[in-house]
Amino acid sequence: MSVPILKQGDYLIASIQSELSDADLLKLRDDLVRRVSDFRTKGVIVDVTVLDVMDSFATRTLRAMAHMIMLRGAQTIIVGIQPEVAFSMVQLGLKLEGVETALDLDEGLELLDRRTKRG
Amino acid sequence: MAEEECIPIDSEIDIVTARQRGREMAARLGFSSTELTLIATAISEVARNIVEYASDGEISLSVAAQGDKRGIVVIACDNGPGIPDIKLAMQDGYSTGKSLGLGLPGAKRLMDEFEIVSEVGKGTKITMKKWVQKNGR
Repeated sequence: MSVPILKQGDYLIASIQSELSDADLLKLRDDLVRRVSDFRTKGVIVDVTVLDVMDSFATRTLRAMAHMIMLRGAQTIIVGIQPEVAFSMVQLGLKLEGVETALDLDEGLELLDRRTKRG
Repeated sequence: MAEEECIPIDSEIDIVTARQRGREMAARLGFSSTELTLIATAISEVARNIVEYASDGEISLSVAAQGDKRGIVVIACDNGPGIPDIKLAMQDGYSTGKSLGLGLPGAKRLMDEFEIVSEVGKGTKITMKKWVQKNGR
């Protein structure tokens, strides 16, 4: 199940629609890192609201993806981490170090506006 | 409620199947939504361990009963290379693969009981249990 990537203004929004296999996640990572240059994107939002499990692999892949996108000159925000998922990530000892998160898509867009338009 | 399910783990796609089945069984047993996520995540980690180190194995799910307690039993079995030093493998951050090394110790933290038996050259068997909390819902 591949993840649709939408363009909104200067941003790319990847809205995960169903549980993802490892291969799907790696594909999403590669697609986003590549597509940053398509529209000279300044910001990327990955919406993980539907994910009911974020295990060590998913967390590591999302973190790596955010760092790769940063190296390409854009900012990534992960939005929609569910409360149960946050709970289990902390219990597992997983961290999204260096990756910004926001509650939902609206707040993610607001945060991106602040990060990319100012200064 | 004498159900038992066995999910063969041959590739990474089976990891998703195993954790979904585990979540469904745990939901039928009456676990809270937070606990369902913890159980599904723990299953994901032990299933991933099979894919990464043993290439194939299986996850079996069953119902545990002890007095009036009910719970879920997850057994992850493989015929892989085995773990030479379990103490080391259960340390946070230790990994011989390309992972973060949080899988097994993490899974242990998510569940109530966790037992690992491994023989080099023969395989590994992990048994994990979680009990339904009566007042937790």
